[in-house]
This record gives sequence, C-alpha cells and structure tokens, in this order.
Amino acid sequence: MSSDFISAGRISRGVAGKSFSAVEITESHISKIKANDEKIGAFLTLCEEDALAQARAIDKKISEGRPVGKLAGVPVAIKDNICTDGIRTTCASKMLEDFIPPYNATVVEKLLEEDAVIIGKTNMDEFAMGSSTETSAFRITRNPHDASRVPGGSSGGSAAAVAAGMVPVSLGTDTGGSIRQPAAFCGVVGMKPTYGTVSRYGLIGLASSMDQIGPLTVSVEDCALVLEVIQGYDKKDSTSCCGEYDKDYLSGSTEGIRGMKICIPEDFFTESLDEETAFAINESIRRFEHLGAEIEKVSLSIDHSDILSAYNVLVCAEASSNLGRYDGICYGYRAKEYENTDELIEKSRSEAFGDEVKREIILGTYFLSSSNYDRYYSRAVKYRTALKRRFAEIFSRYDLILGPTAPVLPFRIGEWVNDPVKMNQMDMYTAPANLAGLPALSVPCGTSRAGLPIGLQLIGPHHGERAILQAAYAFEQDMHKEVI
Amino acid sequence: MSFETIIGLEIHAELNTKSKIFCGCSTEFASEPNANTCPVCLAYPGTLPVLNERVVDLAVKAGLALNCKINHVSKFDRKNYFYPDLPKAYQISQFDLPICTDGAVEFECAGRHVRVRINRIHIEEDAGKLVHMEDEPYTLVDYNRAGIPLIEIVTEPDMRSPLEAVTFLRILKSILEYGEISDCRMEQGSLRCDANISIRPVGQKEFNTKVELKNINSFRELQKALEKEEKRQVELYRFDEGHKIVQETRRWDSAKGRTISMRTKEEAQDYRYFPDSDLVPVVIDEPAVAEIKNSLPELPMEKYRRFTEEYKLSADDADILTGDRYLSEFFEDTVREGAAPKAAANWVLGDMLRMLNESGIPSREIPVEPIRLCRLISMVEAGKISNTAGKEVFKEMFTSGGTPEEIVEKKGLAQISSEDALLEMVKKVIEENPKSVSDYRNGKTKAMGYLVGQVMKASRGRANPAMVNELLMKELG
Repeated sequence: MSSDFISAGRISRGVAGKSFSAVEITESHISKIKANDEKIGAFLTLCEEDALAQARAIDKKISEGRPVGKLAGVPVAIKDNICTDGIRTTCASKMLEDFIPPYNATVVEKLLEEDAVIIGKTNMDEFAMGSSTETSAFRITRNPHDASRVPGGSSGGSAAAVAAGMVPVSLGTDTGGSIRQPAAFCGVVGMKPTYGTVSRYGLIGLASSMDQIGPLTVSVEDCALVLEVIQGYDKKDSTSCCGEYDKDYLSGSTEGIRGMKICIPEDFFTESLDEETAFAINESIRRFEHLGAEIEKVSLSIDHSDILSAYNVLVCAEASSNLGRYDGICYGYRAKEYENTDELIEKSRSEAFGDEVKREIILGTYFLSSSNYDRYYSRAVKYRTALKRRFAEIFSRYDLILGPTAPVLPFRIGEWVNDPVKMNQMDMYTAPANLAGLPALSVPCGTSRAGLPIGLQLIGPHHGERAILQAAYAFEQDMHKEVI
Repeated sequence: MSFETIIGLEIHAELNTKSKIFCGCSTEFASEPNANTCPVCLAYPGTLPVLNERVVDLAVKAGLALNCKINHVSKFDRKNYFYPDLPKAYQISQFDLPICTDGAVEFECAGRHVRVRINRIHIEEDAGKLVHMEDEPYTLVDYNRAGIPLIEIVTEPDMRSPLEAVTFLRILKSILEYGEISDCRMEQGSLRCDANISIRPVGQKEFNTKVELKNINSFRELQKALEKEEKRQVELYRFDEGHKIVQETRRWDSAKGRTISMRTKEEAQDYRYFPDSDLVPVVIDEPAVAEIKNSLPELPMEKYRRFTEEYKLSADDADILTGDRYLSEFFEDTVREGAAPKAAANWVLGDMLRMLNESGIPSREIPVEPIRLCRLISMVEAGKISNTAGKEVFKEMFTSGGTPEEIVEKKGLAQISSEDALLEMVKKVIEENPKSVSDYRNGKTKAMGYLVGQVMKASRGRANPAMVNELLMKELG
C-alpha cells in the first residue's frame, strides 16, 4: 500500500480477493490517522477498537468463504452530525459533547451491511453552521494542502480526512454546499444527491427541507460506488424517494460526455468570482468541449443575493426550530445551576451553544415571528418555488449545468471567522441546488499557482445523478491522462 | 338590559390507535412512567417522524361524522414553544391547511333548534405530563403521552347557553364513541374541552371580548365553569364595568369553583408556526374517503330515529339510550335475544343505569350478558318470579355474575304459585290481622291491599300476587 490514495474500489476488491486483509487496511489507516491527525485535526473520535473488531469479522467471513459486501474493509469516516450507535455524536458542539446515540443513522446501517469499516467521526462546523469548520467547539481542522488554511465546511473534517489520505471515503452533509465546498477546498470529490435520495434518518437536522447526506471520495468512481450503497428508500424518513434506484451509475460510461448539452450560467461568472478559479473553470469548459459536450452560455437570470437571502431565511428558520430540542431536559448539556425550568432551558442553551449557532437561532426566530413571517419566510418559500421552476426550464433544454463550486480559494484560518456575510457568500454557487433539491457534485479541476485545489461543480436535474457522475468521470479520466 | 351568551368550544380527543402518531410506541394508558417511549417520541437528535396512517383515517371519519368537508391535501406544521413536556420544543400540528373544515351538528335543546358549525378539525400530537412532587423541589416528566394522536375540533361560536354547550359536547362524545374514533374517557383526559365565552346585549350584532376557559374535565365542570364565567361577565356589563373583560385565558379551578386568570392576549406566545418539512403533505383521494364513509356506523341521531320508530320507544327513553353507544348496543342486543323492547328499555334505563352509576362501572364495561337480561325479563313476564325478585336477581347478576336461573335457584326466589302453600299463609295473615279483616268487611276496600302486602311480606316477595288476591277474597267471603 504505497499509494497515499488507495481507492475504495481497490480496497474492497483487494480485501475480497485476499490480496490484503481488512485488518491490515484498518491498521494502516489508523496509523496514518495517528501520525497525521494531530496536525490536520480532521477527527473528533477515532473508533480504533470497534473498527478493528469489524475488520476481523470481515476477514473471518472471507476466510469462511462467505460473500462480503461492496465496501468490504473500506475505512469510512463519518461526519459527527450523523448518528452512530454507541459512538459519541457531538455535532462539534458542547451541547452534545457526551451524547451517545442508541441507534445508527440509516446510512451507517447501509455502510455496515456492505462491510465498510467505521473508523471515526469527523470535525465540522457546530451543528453544520459555517463554511470553514472554524465554529467547531472542539478543534480547528487544517487544509491538508496548506495547513494555514481552512478545509472549508461544514464537512471540513470529512474532506480533510480524505484529502490527507487518512480514509478513502467519508460521509458529509450538505445543506447549502457543506459537502461540495470543502471537497473543492481540499481537492476531493464530493456529492450532494437529489433531495430524498439518501435517508436523513439519524442525520442531526439543520434545515430539514434541504439537508442531504453524501460521499466525499478520492475519485468519481468511489463516489458512485458509495452513493449506490447509501441511497435508497427508507421508511423511517418520510421525505425519502421511493422507486427504482440506479445500481451502477458508471455502467456504459465509454460514451462519456459526447453529445451532452451543458449549460454554463453566465450569472456564475461575476466579479465576485476568484480569478484563478475562473481561469480553471474556463479551461475545464474547453476540456468538456473537447470531450464532445455541447456547451452553451445562458443567463439563469437569478440574483445571487436573492438566492443567499432566501437560503439564509430558510436555513435559520428551520434551524431555530430543529435546535429547540436542546433544552437540557432529556439529553445533552444541562446547566449546573438554575432556579426553575425556564432558567434551566435558558442557561443550558446559553452556555452550550456557540456564537454562530446562537446567531442563526435568533435570526430564525425573528424570521418566523408572526409579524415578520410574510416578509421573510413566505417570500423565501416563493422564491424557492420560482427557482425550482427556472431550473426545470433549464433542464428541459440541457443535461447539466457547469460552473465553479466556490467563489474563492481556501482562505486562511481566522481570516473570515468574524464576517458572517462574507462567510455566507461561500454558498452562492452551491445553495441553489439545495433550494431546488437538485443533485450536484464537485470534482477537482486544477490548482491555483500556490497549489490550492479548485473545484468544478456539475448540477443535474432531479434524479440526474447518472449524468453528473458519468460526465464527472469522463472529465476526471481525461485530467488524469494529462497528468500521466 | 338582557344579555345573550355566546359560546364556542375547542375539543381535543385522543384517537383510538394502538400506536402513537409518529412512532411505534404503544398508546396504552397508565403504563409505567416513560415505558411507552422511544428515541422518536423523545425527540432524540437525528430521529424523524413517520405518520401513522390510521390517524388520518380516524380524523377523516370524525370529519365525515360531523358533516365536514374533507380536504384532499392537508399538511403538518410546527407549533414552536419551550416546555419540558414537549421534547422537540415544537408540537406537530396542522395550522393553515387542516384535514377537515366546515361541518355542523344539529340538535334540539330546551326548545331551541341549535346548529353548531364546526370550523375545522385538525390532527396533532399530544405532549407529555409533568408530575410536580408534593414535598420535593423538583418536577418529573412522564413522556408516555407524548406523541399520542389527537384531533382538535373547533366549533364556531354558535351555542347560546352553558346547557347548549354541554348538550353539544355530549352529542359530540357519543358521535366519537359510535365511530370508534376516540374512547372519550374524560376522566383520563382522552377527551378535553376548552370553552370560549362572551356576552352581548340581546340584539347586538358584533361579538364582545371573549374569554377562554381551560382545564375542564367533565360535563358538570363545563356547565359550572361556563355558568360561573357567564355570571362574572354579565355582572361586569350590568355595572358598566365591561372594559374589565379582557381577552385572556382563565383556568377553571373546580375545587374553588371559580376561574383564575392565566394569561392575557398580550402575554400570549408567538408560536412561530411553519410547515414541518420532515413530513410530506397528507393526500387522501375520493375513493379512500368513500371507503371511510362506508365504514361509518349508524350515528346517534339516526339510531334515535330508528329506536322511536322501530321499537316505539318514547323520545326520552330513545334519547338517553342512544346518547350512550354502549347502552344502546346493550339494549338492542337484549331485544335481539327476544326481549320486548319496552321491557328491555325499562330494565336498561332503570336498574341497569342505577347499578352502573352506583358502582362507577362505565357503560362500555357492562358486566351482564344481554341474553341473561333477556331470560330474566321472560321469567318475570311468565310469572316465574315476581318483579321484586327480578330486581334482586338483576342485582346479583350485575355484581357477582351467574345466570338468572342459577340465582333464582340459589336464593330460592321462585314465585310460590302452589294454592296449598299460599292458602296457609293467607289464613295466618287473616288470623293475625283481625282489625284489617273487620275494616274490609265493613267496606274499607283499601284494607285488602294491606292484607295482600302482609302475605307478600311473609313470603319474602315470592307469593304470586294475583293468586294471593284471589285467595284472600275467597277466604273473607
């Protein structure tokens, strides 16, 4: 195992074919985490014992000649807002510092069914509120490409863990870009599936109408493989989509991009877009053209500040309600001193939530109050409906939308932490897919002069995962060819 | 000046489901504290609600029984507030798109034809229960009730007296019981009622300020609370102090027999209602509604009509019988076993009702088999036992069980119709009551009744009264 980036596909084939054992793989990844994570800070909890026990069970299965799953022996890191039975799940908040769920999220169950090895829980922005992983109550996560810079967020730990080669696969969650933006910042593949494709059961909710779990991986192929495992109807999640799911997204992918109609939204190339990013994206557009795609520049006629406003109102509103349950009564942090139940609730929340969480709860409460409801919440919902319609129009003519994932390159730790407005702009290209429930993926498309990764985003129509993954795969393969 | 009382009700009824509204926990009453809980109803992080479809069926059934329009698409909203009995810090309810709207119930009350319009019926979940410890500085929480499905039925302000309100609630309760929508056990809180009341001068069109009364646990309390509040408001208007009536919520304190202000409109909470995106809209199509409609049993009003026509029962008898689903079913089962309707009604409304009241046994748990009451009735009709003995047999059947034949046998209650035995008793009574005998012979026919009574007494009620009468006449010439 010389390569830093041994893929999930190679691991599972190797484990199943007895080229190496699941225990060997697990041990090598654990030692890598131990060697590197002090510097990177991607993990909040490492499950060494459990992971090794799991790996031994998989090896036993193989030695007994029993069949193993699609992710046999693949170490997976899980964002710490996804519940893991018996393993601390904190949301990177003091509020849930000691919370040990008595159940697995559906995605975790699905990973285990396919013999993946849960190796640890990753750092994130507190309750997934943030774009740099700096709002974590516990630690800073550093970008493996430049330790002075952020890994993006909120799934920064999951992205950094994959980028640093500590795991081939991690799960993140994406409400407005929280998988794709850190994937872009860390130079890995990250995908937010169509809303309802992956069960939200066991995902500690930020904004229920937009949250989706998705994979962060070293390659598009792994991304497809993991999505095939975690997707599917779940009766425990009422918003989960029933119906047929594609079980092999990359089958017949030899045709690749040829003939695909791709829309380049002019609206995404404004002065707020970083120059080097714009350059890399334009280069990529030429590559898509070269690969046979029909490219057309179109104005989506959407205003980014409208998108961000609508997105912000909805996230804060839903979050203010979703986070009400942290009142110190049934579980989680409870204040030491209080006179009555009102004070118990008030103090527990004041003491355990960080500033960004408080800011969003206060805003959400304001947006939903009866005198403001129409001005904020109703308008945001109307805007979302109009945006969905606009996307439907676009996708009646195009297979995919292509553009940058993030408007900037990874910034320095501490640089923006006190500037929520600037931080919010991070979501400008990613939030539309969440508002409209569309699938979207970020794939590395180059680096800046300073060697910082740049991500390219593909957005597809509802349940358009296949087109996205096939296009991203062809693009990635073509990039690699050049490198070699 | 004369005043008119305006009353509207908001009724919460727990629905008859085996499991809770959004999880698989049991709805059974009085389990150990927190025994019926799971991560979902305790709002553990990451858990999600999944709607129990039975809840929708029952809510639609209630809507149909109350002549409502069924909305084919309705949705769930969150009502946000902090309280220790509410684990999510929001109650899942229906705000602006409830499942049923625009219904009505009509009835007669004290000579007025009353039509109470139903504004809406919506589905929601119940909260847990706080247990305040008597001498301890803390409160415990029991979440068994958290997540029990409820419907809230909201009427228009169409009732004009406390009696009309109570009558409406009784009718509503019997409808919900008939439809097996709710078991309506007010004593256990599975049917709860809040009342809005205002007063206006007769002839005034617009409504005056209303007051909401909470914590009402029985029909009697409802009547008392409304009468008390009615009196309070009328007094204030009468003495020109009407401005003191403010829009507020008042708690009925049954021990003190008065209402106490809880909070005024200014202090009312902003619940920040908004759609719950963890749930999808409830869609119910016309065939499904039709199916539920077909499953509706005969409702109290129809049954009342049938009882008066088919069984020729008096309006009062039919009213009381059909006002209680279980009583009416017991009556009809007894008739089906062959009892005469009139006799069956007399027994059910007389001895049965008295025994139920005395024992505190609810009518849904009548401890007597209809066939046994039927046989008892026929024994009395056939003269095998006296009417008095019949009552004793019934009491025994009710309290200890057993067939009427066994009880008659065991207690020796069979009617004495042997002429020899009766003649002996008659002779003895004549001998012991010379005064009454001479009174009778001197034309005081009333004395005959006394003598018959004496014979009955001597026989412990078992003598055949007709034969006793006949034998006495013969003996006294």
